[in-house]
Amino acid sequence: MLIPQENQLSFEKSGPGRRGVKLPASRFCKKKPLERIPDLFKRAKNLEFPEMTEPEIVRHFVNLSRKNFSIDTHFYPLGSCSMKYNPKINEWAASLENFAWVHPLQPESSVQGILQIFYELEKDLLSITGMDRFTLQPAAGAHGELTGMMLVRACHAARGQGKRRKVLVPDSSHGTNPASAALLGYHVLELKSNSRGRVDVRALEEHLDEETACLMLTNPNTLGLFEEDILEITKRVHQKGALLYYDGANLNALLGIARPGDMGFDIVHLNLHKTFSTPHGGGGPGSGPVGVKKHLSPFLPFPLVEKQAEKYRLVENQKESIGRVKSFYGNTGMLIRAFVYIRTLGLSGLRQVSENAILNANYLKEKLKKFFPVAVDEPCMHEFVLAAREAKKADIHAADIGKRLLDYGIHAPTVHFPLVVEEALMIEPTESESKETLDHFVEALAEIAQEIRQDPEKVRQAPHTLPVRRPDEVLAARKPVLSYRDQVRERILLAEGISS
Amino acid sequence: MHYQPMTENDKQEMLKQIGVVSFEDLLEGIPTVLRHPQIQIPEPLSEIEVQSLLRKIGFQNATVKDHLSFIGGGSYEHFIPAAAAQIAGRQEFYTAYTPYQPEASQGTLQALYEYQSLMVELTGLDVSNGSHYDGATSMAEAALLACRHTERNKILVARSVHPHYRSILKTYFEATPYRVQEFGFDQDGAFHREEFARLLDSETAAAIFQTPNFLGRLEDLDGIEKDLHSAGALFILSAHPLSLAALKTPGEWGADIAVGEGQPLGIPLSFGGPYLGYFAATKALIRRIPGRLVGMTKDAEGRRAFCLTLQAREQHIRRERAASNICTNQALCALIACAYMTLMGKEGMREAAEINMDRAYYLRDRISELPGFSVSPKNPVFNEFVVQSPKPFSEIENALKPQKIFPGIGLEPFYPEMKNAFLVAATETKTQSDLDSFAEALRKC
Amino acid sequence: MKYPKELKYTKTHEWVRREGGKVTAGITDYAQHEISDVVFVEIPKVGQAAQREKPISVVESVKAAFDIYAPVSGKVTKVNTELESDPGRVNHDCYGEGWFFELEMADEREWQSLMTAEEYENSLKQEAK
Repeated sequence: MLIPQENQLSFEKSGPGRRGVKLPASRFCKKKPLERIPDLFKRAKNLEFPEMTEPEIVRHFVNLSRKNFSIDTHFYPLGSCSMKYNPKINEWAASLENFAWVHPLQPESSVQGILQIFYELEKDLLSITGMDRFTLQPAAGAHGELTGMMLVRACHAARGQGKRRKVLVPDSSHGTNPASAALLGYHVLELKSNSRGRVDVRALEEHLDEETACLMLTNPNTLGLFEEDILEITKRVHQKGALLYYDGANLNALLGIARPGDMGFDIVHLNLHKTFSTPHGGGGPGSGPVGVKKHLSPFLPFPLVEKQAEKYRLVENQKESIGRVKSFYGNTGMLIRAFVYIRTLGLSGLRQVSENAILNANYLKEKLKKFFPVAVDEPCMHEFVLAAREAKKADIHAADIGKRLLDYGIHAPTVHFPLVVEEALMIEPTESESKETLDHFVEALAEIAQEIRQDPEKVRQAPHTLPVRRPDEVLAARKPVLSYRDQVRERILLAEGISS
Repeated sequence: MHYQPMTENDKQEMLKQIGVVSFEDLLEGIPTVLRHPQIQIPEPLSEIEVQSLLRKIGFQNATVKDHLSFIGGGSYEHFIPAAAAQIAGRQEFYTAYTPYQPEASQGTLQALYEYQSLMVELTGLDVSNGSHYDGATSMAEAALLACRHTERNKILVARSVHPHYRSILKTYFEATPYRVQEFGFDQDGAFHREEFARLLDSETAAAIFQTPNFLGRLEDLDGIEKDLHSAGALFILSAHPLSLAALKTPGEWGADIAVGEGQPLGIPLSFGGPYLGYFAATKALIRRIPGRLVGMTKDAEGRRAFCLTLQAREQHIRRERAASNICTNQALCALIACAYMTLMGKEGMREAAEINMDRAYYLRDRISELPGFSVSPKNPVFNEFVVQSPKPFSEIENALKPQKIFPGIGLEPFYPEMKNAFLVAATETKTQSDLDSFAEALRKC
Repeated sequence: MKYPKELKYTKTHEWVRREGGKVTAGITDYAQHEISDVVFVEIPKVGQAAQREKPISVVESVKAAFDIYAPVSGKVTKVNTELESDPGRVNHDCYGEGWFFELEMADEREWQSLMTAEEYENSLKQEAK
């Protein structure tokens, strides 16, 4: 049972004099080091941290954890997020002392095991994507995108094509695509999709020119549709001297089914926390390796891992490298988990991942289109988008439907995205879910569809069974309270009459 | 496949409902030349085989637990309370998605709010974000913020800042119209004040310092705030977070932005990641802070509630005009840090900082007695310091190998002028006999 | 929704009031309604140059950010700093307390090219179709 009144902060539970850990009492220096340094270097203000005992702290956090939805407790049909099961063997491996307690600056000879994993994981990712070389450094998908766009820039600069300052993205792309390109000063141009939700080759042709640096694509796209003209698209982009960037957020549809490298992409980033089952952790850490074709590998960040005379080595001598993008070598813990996942599944298991993900998505789409129209009703890949346009007439939005689903113990789909679909509900069931779970989801949405007609207020006000209902985001943004100190300072609690 | 519930029966039933004959029919959108490529991946392994494979690979690594390690350099072997690891291992935190649905994420949201609150206390600044990738990338983001905020294009950075951090700053800036200038340090490893003053001009967006710096020395930053602010520039400071429980905070030095590596706050070494970049700033910069922020508000029934806020800064709304492209952060690492700091508490944090200093000063005193080795005994340090050795570091490293001692980090690869010097870290994890036996082993080198 | 007759309008939903060589601008009733609760306004700086139909300000709601365009070219002479602490003014009183900035017009002819209330209302009807 949840304890609803359990929403006090640790700071508010603090009891002066309580302690959560015991540290060694002995000091080895005769004179306290703090007395050996000038006052100038010392903290003046007391550290106002909570004072609690271990059992209080454990209860505090365990109760907090119970207010979360999570993959281990709930179904998450969250489009473009690949919320699949995170196998426990991955966690077991990453937490082995022989991985978790290796220092990144240890001598190379003492870290051969980890370098072997890097080396083999790179080989696996190359084979899965059809690329020629990978860097494992980027810490997340967006970090991978940034790295990828730096590679685009470095490649054009080396070819004397620095004037290429334009990046094309479809209007259905993920928000990180334009943001990553813009961070490097690229001018971003959105391409209108055609009536079937795909890149309009004619629109592409119109905007492609000598100043185009790159086309960024997700394939399957965010509508869950495979870009049928992909070979034509990559051909035309290359003819104009521009590069192709593959956003790997949706790779879960393609394991053993098709490869971005074969489609003609020059650069690929992967989200190991999506396709390769590393946990989302409530928003990270992720891992975003970047793969490239041969002509771009001289620009990859250093260091890279190489095998020379049966020894694994970290190599830092690429002259044209864009440099380092992350301290040390990347999110090693995540790389180990992905490696274990690939070894556990093997080629046949990986194929099954994508096949089952595609099958689950098509099954759901078929069952759900009775209640909400599909944005583009064609066979989909691992996800699809419903358009809750009708509900809008009852002043109910996609977000409301998502919130009502929470009452059924199902996480909301991705809502109001992609932007090209009005009242979008973007649904990705993944391969982890059983037919029974999918059927339960269909029943829930069927009931909600009926509710929209018969009791719309219930949907508008949802959720009704969770610890909180509709936090006031306007208040949060107009008067930001971002820390306990803000609360104390402004006594906003009292002023706004928030009951605790 | 044991992670996938689909049976052959389910599959046939689903295909029927979809109205296709075979799975292949669902792939009609994929050009046939692309379909079913040849892929080289080994056959699947059973869990027993995976466990034995990973153990075997693991044995190819030495660890700081089976060695006596004095390696620091931006990643530190610190004590992690068992309860911190257990809390972070709660699957409801571990396997949750980003808290975009606040009703389904109050646990993660409150924990991140508490993390922000603790970081505000620790750094002495007004606002902390919900985390960044690591210390280096949060520093690069701070530099970008400064350029945008001041509409200037030059960043000054002390050469005593972690070499990886400076290298990443260079990578990030290479692709922008902004540029970086470095100022050096003196014989004691303190930044060069005159050189800094000479480079500071009306083009300067910010200056970046680190304390303790890469050489372990605490920087005297008195007056820097005034210098920078009167030049219209921002003050960015990177600090070891545990040191801030006892040492002057970025807020007290007058910094506008504090960034740094949060790994010491309960996160294992894991060969360099995942770690935790912390990022805190003054109120004036609140709308420019990159990454997620959690705010407190009330729900429709007047109850306390938490939600992501100021989201209009972020990539999923602003797209090409976002404050940063960051999306995924290091939420789980922030949760670990939150549990760690709560467990350590007010007294524990301060004690841990003091114990670090005690161990480092003790070891430095011991090494100063060794013939041929020298240290700067007056330098104020936290848990790391430079040792000048009579011979190249590689010889020391090799000589100590049989005794399973990692003596630290050779400095020459980072600073070519620092021949035979190496960096030694001693944290609260070391006992007196650890330190004594290291000193004795060095004596015999 | 109200569109005062004495004001002029742009197709990007700004209103403009003229007093001599100076104009004051804000966003229309339609715009504030579409944006819904305004949570932040990034106002321009006094002295900043404004170029007609170029972004000069940003309005944020919880889930979106919108560019506000300069209705005419000129120099910013005054800004509504009250919006920083109370952005809700844009919703409550968009033609009054919710004004954004004042400009010194560079070219009087630009004023003539702005829409009248009637023209603006018609354009909204067109858009709705």
